[in-house]
Amino acid sequence: MKKSNIPESQFELQVPDSLKTEEMTLSMGPQHPSTHGVLQVILKTDGEIITSAKPQIGYLHRCFEKHAENITWHQVIPFTDRLDYIASMNNNLGYVIGLERMMNLEVNERAEHLRVVVSELNRIASHLIALGTYGLDIGAYTPFLYVFRDREKILDLFEEICGARLLYNYIWVGGVAYDAPDGWREKVLEFCDYFDPKVKEYNDILTFNKIFIERTANVGVIPAEVGINYGVSGPSLRGSGVDFDLRRDDPYSIYDRFDFNVITGKGEMGTVGDTWDRYWVRVAEMVESVKIIRQALENLPEGDAKETVPRNIKVPAGEYYMRTETPRGELGFYIISDGSKMPNRVKVRSPAFCNLSVLPAVAPGVMIADLVAIIGSLDIVLGEVDR
Amino acid sequence: MEPLVQFFFNLLPFLSDWPEWLALTVIGVAAAIMMFGFIAIFALIAIWLERKISGHMQDRLGPMEVGGWHGWAQTIADTVKLLVKEDIIPEKADRPLFKLAPMIVFTAALSGFAVLPWSSEFIPADLDVGLLYILSISSFAVIGILMGGWSSNNKWSLYGAMRGVSQVVSYEIPAALALLAVIMSAGTMSMRGLVMAQSGNILDWNVFNFFPLTTIAFFIYFIASLAEVNRTPFDLPEGESELVGGFHTEYSAMRFAFFFLGEYANMFVVSAIAATVFLGGWLPPFEALGFIPGPLWFVGKALLLVFVQMWLRWTLPRLRVDQLMYTCWKVLTPFSMAIILLIGLWKVL
Amino acid sequence: MTAQEIHNKIQEKFPDTIIEFNDSVLQPFIKLTANQFNEVCQFLRDTDGLDFDALMNLSGVDYGEELGTVYHLYSMQHRHKIVLKVNVTRENAEIPTVADLWRTADWHEREVFDLYGINFTNHPDMRRILLPDDWEGYPLRKDYVQPEVYNGITIAHPDMKGDSDEEK
Repeated sequence: MKKSNIPESQFELQVPDSLKTEEMTLSMGPQHPSTHGVLQVILKTDGEIITSAKPQIGYLHRCFEKHAENITWHQVIPFTDRLDYIASMNNNLGYVIGLERMMNLEVNERAEHLRVVVSELNRIASHLIALGTYGLDIGAYTPFLYVFRDREKILDLFEEICGARLLYNYIWVGGVAYDAPDGWREKVLEFCDYFDPKVKEYNDILTFNKIFIERTANVGVIPAEVGINYGVSGPSLRGSGVDFDLRRDDPYSIYDRFDFNVITGKGEMGTVGDTWDRYWVRVAEMVESVKIIRQALENLPEGDAKETVPRNIKVPAGEYYMRTETPRGELGFYIISDGSKMPNRVKVRSPAFCNLSVLPAVAPGVMIADLVAIIGSLDIVLGEVDR
Repeated sequence: MEPLVQFFFNLLPFLSDWPEWLALTVIGVAAAIMMFGFIAIFALIAIWLERKISGHMQDRLGPMEVGGWHGWAQTIADTVKLLVKEDIIPEKADRPLFKLAPMIVFTAALSGFAVLPWSSEFIPADLDVGLLYILSISSFAVIGILMGGWSSNNKWSLYGAMRGVSQVVSYEIPAALALLAVIMSAGTMSMRGLVMAQSGNILDWNVFNFFPLTTIAFFIYFIASLAEVNRTPFDLPEGESELVGGFHTEYSAMRFAFFFLGEYANMFVVSAIAATVFLGGWLPPFEALGFIPGPLWFVGKALLLVFVQMWLRWTLPRLRVDQLMYTCWKVLTPFSMAIILLIGLWKVL
Repeated sequence: MTAQEIHNKIQEKFPDTIIEFNDSVLQPFIKLTANQFNEVCQFLRDTDGLDFDALMNLSGVDYGEELGTVYHLYSMQHRHKIVLKVNVTRENAEIPTVADLWRTADWHEREVFDLYGINFTNHPDMRRILLPDDWEGYPLRKDYVQPEVYNGITIAHPDMKGDSDEEK
């Protein structure tokens, strides 16, 4: 066979035998400031250098898949909010579009546009958190507050359109829960104008800071084929130089109508696929999201965006694997219906789960501080890892 | 006679009638209490200031509620909280060492105040080797850090302690070498003598004296001092996002407060050294401003440097261990050695 | 490459392994036997023109009489997809692992083992991933009954005895 199998770890530890000392086992988490939730990583360290890292997950397992089998199709939507609680809109969207494709349902134009707008706003909000917490992981406190200041404005917009600030339950089968209130469109456009210059501010304080670059460039390199093999997706995979975005390459909703660039890592500060590249993809993607929002709002049709089907739907028997591009990557819903009022099976292919699984492959040979940088650059949300 | 004793005799003339041993004891205790009071008050203000500064840098207000005006009483409230909080000692900790560690750290910070020249009259102890004393006493804190990290019986604390020790010990070298450059030009190690050597106007200050050599020495000292007091970008021993809390992870209540107090006292000490050695101590920048008392100049200059430390903390990310060592051994140390060499040549020629 | 062509290629190379091929559903699938599964997957991954370099998803399913695992494959190069299905009996739930081909299957297979009790042979680290190691039973099986006590902790809520909402 021509292709070699990807070994469990890509990287050999670069410590001469004469310098090796006794290894120390260290439990990082589940309560640790930079595991982004209740992740536990069992580290074996030789001084500051990590020889092996094994993630232990499941501390936030809330039985989403079991729940989904015991409630109606529509009742699952609020549960999807709680998977990746930082980007709930995107989760709603993936599940709902999956159902709509199974039911062969057309959604009205206004609702489609609103779905795209809220999803992209949520993508910005999620990437902002990724940026801010990444700064925290590296030791820079101030950017964190800057991004929260701007995320707040997005949450205000969400509050206005659906009444919730974190768990929206907004995108419903056949449409959206509420139509946008008067003046909402203008407020979003206003936010876009406000947001564009802010990206420069983040770049000034964090992205191009010398120490930040030193800390992140050439660290935690995930080569493209390793990334694909490990199922890494989204900005983390694009950071490795893979030009792949489901919004463009496997389009859903009305994403095929918009003009935007897919950002990939180019190794500007070091090697392609290092943590800086992954970080940079997120920064540049926010600008692209703003572009999409502008285009969607420009063509926002009049009419009613509320859902047109009854709440108590029955999905025809069959199965479908629906994947969408969330801020963390490829979120897949594998839905099996037996034609009844409740799902037979809803399996979530969680991007954070797959992204995290690459950690044991890149961790050996790095320092503890680098491990923190790598976990941060994968941008995991434990709610989604454990479901 | 010691300037301090003279100062007290001038202040309270009846002291000179007392027997000498009694007068000296009273003066010594009074000076120590004054220093302790100064540290406590300085820490209260500095912590409040740090919160306000960080707040404004981060586009928010910082504490606004406690005490009314801009939350001025916030740190006092926090101190009370720390005082009444339960003091937790981990079961498997090495108790005597665990209890001793914060005291050592704080004592080392307090001892540094003994030789700071507040003005030409008020120097608690004008040692001939003042600078040497302060360098050696401040490295004493390392033992406290190591004890705290080791006795906590926590691997994260141990990492913090090991990082702290390697960092402080390494950075003492560029710091000492940078100061040595100035000692060579001034020809004295007495804090008072160092300030006296800079009298004149702002251009006679050591920082501009052998321009640009001493200016570089000043920056080297300042960077190294950041590392010595574990401030960002060199806060690796605490490194919250990596090591949870570093060497003081297991400490709580008043013992934690002592570490905290020691850190702020140290911030002031290193800034005060920089102000004394490089920025003319209590001297005004221009003769015309001589009407403002010396201690105000001294404290003002030190506070300015403390502000810069805070400013850096809220701007910069943290270095990694190997980068930290690289900066020390391959950048700062060679540069400071070159400066010593050049100043030596300059003096000889 | 269409699903039909992919099916033909597998048919050609492994004539005895295909049980069912369905092209009429939304996402065409090929049902395979478990015994040659790893070889088929390696063929799919490494053959020019197929190049299934990404395993999008791996899920366990309980069909009632049988348990099954569903693999969604994707080729980044050719942008085509295929769904593979392997069914096993409840009593002898064993499927060859594909974790050596797609490393992402490592955790996914552990998850299926955790929740469905399907054992993946030759897997490097076959143990529970989401639930505690000492948990009993496989919760996503349809006949799973939630235990009332776990390690001395009462976990059964009086309102919830494992029944679905509909039955009440």
